[in-house]
Amino acid sequence: MAEKNTESKKKLVDFGKGLVKQAEKGENPAMDVPIRTLSNVNYSQKTGMLSLGIKSSKRFFFNVAHVRKFVQTAEVAALAKELLTVDKSLSLRQAFYAIRRTIAGTNIDIVDDQVESNKALEDLELITDISREQLHINANKLGSIAGNVIIKDKGIGGKEILIDWSKQGSGGWSIPSRVEHLEFKKVDAKFVIYMEKAAMWERLNEDEIWDKLNCIIISSQGQATRGIRRLLQRLNTEEKLPIYILTDFDPWGFYIYSVIKTGSISLAHASERLAVPSARFLGLTADDIEKYALKKHIIRFKDVDLKRIDEISKYAWFKDKKEWQKQFELMKQMKGKVELDALVSRGISFVSEKYLPEKLKAKDFLD
Amino acid sequence: MAEKGKTAEELAGKMRDISIAEFFEKNRHLLGFDNPAKALLMVVKEAVDNSLDAAEDARILPEIKVGVKLPREIFRVLLEDGTEFGRVVIENGNTLLIVGEEKTKPTEVKERDRERVFLFTLGETNYKFKIHKKEKEEVYEFLRGRTELKINKIPADRFIVFVEDNGPGIVKENIPKVFGKLLYGSKFAGGRQGRGQQGIGISAALLYAQLTTGKPARIWSRISDKKPVYYYELRIDTTKNEPIILEEKALKEGIKEHGVRVELEIEGKYMQRFHSVEEYLKQTVVVNPFAKITYTDPEGNTIVIDRVVNELPVQSKPLKPHPHGVEMGMLERMSKLTISRTTSGFLTNDFCRVGPQTAEQVCKLAGIKPSSNPHELDHDKIEKLWRTIKGFNFMKPPLDCLSPITEEKFVAGMKKMYNAEFIETVSRPTAVYRGSPFQIEVAIAYGGDLPKNEPAKILRFANRVPLLYQAGSCATIKAIQKIDWRHYAIDTQGSMPIGPVVIAVHMASVWIPYVSEAKEAIDPYPEIVKEIRLALQEAARKLQRFLSGRRRAQEKQQRQSLFEKYIPEAAEALAKLSDEDKGKIKSCLEKMLKKGNIIIDTEEEVKAPEENKEEAEKETE
Repeated sequence: MAEKNTESKKKLVDFGKGLVKQAEKGENPAMDVPIRTLSNVNYSQKTGMLSLGIKSSKRFFFNVAHVRKFVQTAEVAALAKELLTVDKSLSLRQAFYAIRRTIAGTNIDIVDDQVESNKALEDLELITDISREQLHINANKLGSIAGNVIIKDKGIGGKEILIDWSKQGSGGWSIPSRVEHLEFKKVDAKFVIYMEKAAMWERLNEDEIWDKLNCIIISSQGQATRGIRRLLQRLNTEEKLPIYILTDFDPWGFYIYSVIKTGSISLAHASERLAVPSARFLGLTADDIEKYALKKHIIRFKDVDLKRIDEISKYAWFKDKKEWQKQFELMKQMKGKVELDALVSRGISFVSEKYLPEKLKAKDFLD
Repeated sequence: MAEKGKTAEELAGKMRDISIAEFFEKNRHLLGFDNPAKALLMVVKEAVDNSLDAAEDARILPEIKVGVKLPREIFRVLLEDGTEFGRVVIENGNTLLIVGEEKTKPTEVKERDRERVFLFTLGETNYKFKIHKKEKEEVYEFLRGRTELKINKIPADRFIVFVEDNGPGIVKENIPKVFGKLLYGSKFAGGRQGRGQQGIGISAALLYAQLTTGKPARIWSRISDKKPVYYYELRIDTTKNEPIILEEKALKEGIKEHGVRVELEIEGKYMQRFHSVEEYLKQTVVVNPFAKITYTDPEGNTIVIDRVVNELPVQSKPLKPHPHGVEMGMLERMSKLTISRTTSGFLTNDFCRVGPQTAEQVCKLAGIKPSSNPHELDHDKIEKLWRTIKGFNFMKPPLDCLSPITEEKFVAGMKKMYNAEFIETVSRPTAVYRGSPFQIEVAIAYGGDLPKNEPAKILRFANRVPLLYQAGSCATIKAIQKIDWRHYAIDTQGSMPIGPVVIAVHMASVWIPYVSEAKEAIDPYPEIVKEIRLALQEAARKLQRFLSGRRRAQEKQQRQSLFEKYIPEAAEALAKLSDEDKGKIKSCLEKMLKKGNIIIDTEEEVKAPEENKEEAEKETE
């Protein structure tokens, strides 16, 4: 770890020295920032992942439109360097506060909200090719896990401790923001179900479904954090466990699945470390809605939702998949979404007693 | 020659039988005396125009005193129930309290700096009337014993207008005719650029006074400090168009050195703001910056508008008519009246821009012997000659006969009146409409103290005289409406510009084609409108350059300060990051900023598509 720190730190310092050198030569200091938009993201059929293209743009200090972002990026770089020097970590929120201040004698803040510092940090990852975790800045810890698995983690004073995911009670084991150091000691579970909602996780945990079906259940809230995505990838690649994604029937749910499977546009550069191309969709489909008579629970779409369907359905990794296009089409016809929670209308534990067993048995999932 | 000008002349000729004065009596609106408010202004205008012309002709820097006084003031005293208790009347310095039939003189008058107090006793009761001056307003107070009664001033409907100049004065013998006979005077000859054109103005003012108040005009004139001041009281015999002298005497005092003073008592209405006497005089100074004008308003407030230029304008020259400027009837009349014996001589001597060779050529083209007697040309031949002239390409009339304001003086005049950030003028080269040379000069002022959200102020001038009425039918307004001011970064409302702008247009010409005899608007001939438009567009371009320059300077300043703010922050972050010296980095960046040419103004590097935002939000819970 220490070695890695030194290497990352040197990269950061060199990045800074490069900018200073430009200033000394009287050149407009500029950062090469790879472009993180759909136009610079490639989807590979072969790997089933997104990767970042080669397009980059220059971010100049002496540019009216760039100067703010330039300074923000330099600020997060200086912060990361400091963190590596003292070997401590901060959350994204804390990093935002660490660089946030008002420029003396003005009403300009270096960053107005966390979105700005987050973006600066993502840019820094790309510029320096060092991941955020390696820069010692982490997302908020989020998400719970349960299943027949025993892992090794660090305890007080860095002492190794064993943790049994099947003995964590009603709250489950809380997933840390960094999962790199975890070791899987004993894995009895046969597959993993990731769900977008903590409430659903509690339902399934109460129903002890992880024991009944011998699986691991994981949740976060909305999009999976990087930590969870990395954990899913490790369970998939290291323990060969299939990963199933359980979400609502709506474009946002579908995209949660898409991000876990192929990677996200803004973190396309990190797909290799985060994506699980073999993940399958276990969430609600148009057929389920029909089958389980959930039509009366349709919540009408807003314009943004419909627009989102159009966007997602055109992504390269959805475009050629007939089954998915059918779902999008039916979704548009229904003009509304259906939440997983609606299954409760069929019985409190309908999801664990009927829905999941039936779907898994029938291998009724989308790829 | 202008159509309307000609009409006036003809009108004058026709009317002479029934007397032009009588005609005016019935048709006073034709000369601008159509309502009391306008009439007051017209009287001032005619007198001031005369004074300026006279001083200018005599090459004297004009100094003009103008005053409007109230011959009487009437105050209504009201009881609590709103009925009238009585009146206080101040007339010619005498004050009376009138209650019913009873007229009471004050027992005591106290006059202090800003206050006049009158005490009356009527029967057993004491009354006190007080006029107090607060800033520019007058405040009135009326006490009956100890009770205060309400008092209302009746709006003044009668004014004494006086105008006094330091011009050459008028010789004694001419005074009655100059003032008491319409169409008399040097200007009637025409052919030269001047403020008046018909010689109607001042005598029309006299006639108006006579018709409305019956009071005679009072004239003082002195031609030298070695001569006495001649004083006249005049009326006009309207049936004969001749002056009637009521009083005539020589005085020792009344006018310093030389000059003329006219005093008329008229019915009128005192206006504020745009159609006020004050506004008229201020505008006069804009285009006559060599004049000093002092004005005393009915409440005794005096303003002095001092001259900003100590040089009189170049005198305009008389000009023979240009062949293209004559109508057929006029050509025929001229051919009969000429002293030349040959047609070619007639053309050469009576017109400008016709030399012997040209004259011969024109005669040949018209099929007339150059040596033929012009008096004997019959109607057909005149018509042929006229048609030939119309189609013949003469040299343009000489252009040096005009007396423009000139750019420098126009700017000085505008600066005197408006505190603006930007003042520019444009002078067009002399152009010609129907054989008459004319020149357009415009000025545009912008910013400074000018009101921001009001319609642009439009000043119209013809031969240095402000035009205040009938704006809508004036060539100036037509030209302004033809321009898309938004092209020049000026907002518009309807088709008129709005914002902190003053637009001034001056037309100098031997014959200004007015829409009416009141000389209130310039007839929108296409040539004139075009010249005004071109001049305004050029001035507007200058303004636009000024505005965009100012905007660029502001933007540059903003950019500069943006980087000034960020440099210390960037230097600190980069110093921490690179382990280099903060001071060094800072000074490198500051040096670059000082050079200034390094700053890039581009759009965002890449615009983040919507989807990306959504994702970011979901990912960074």
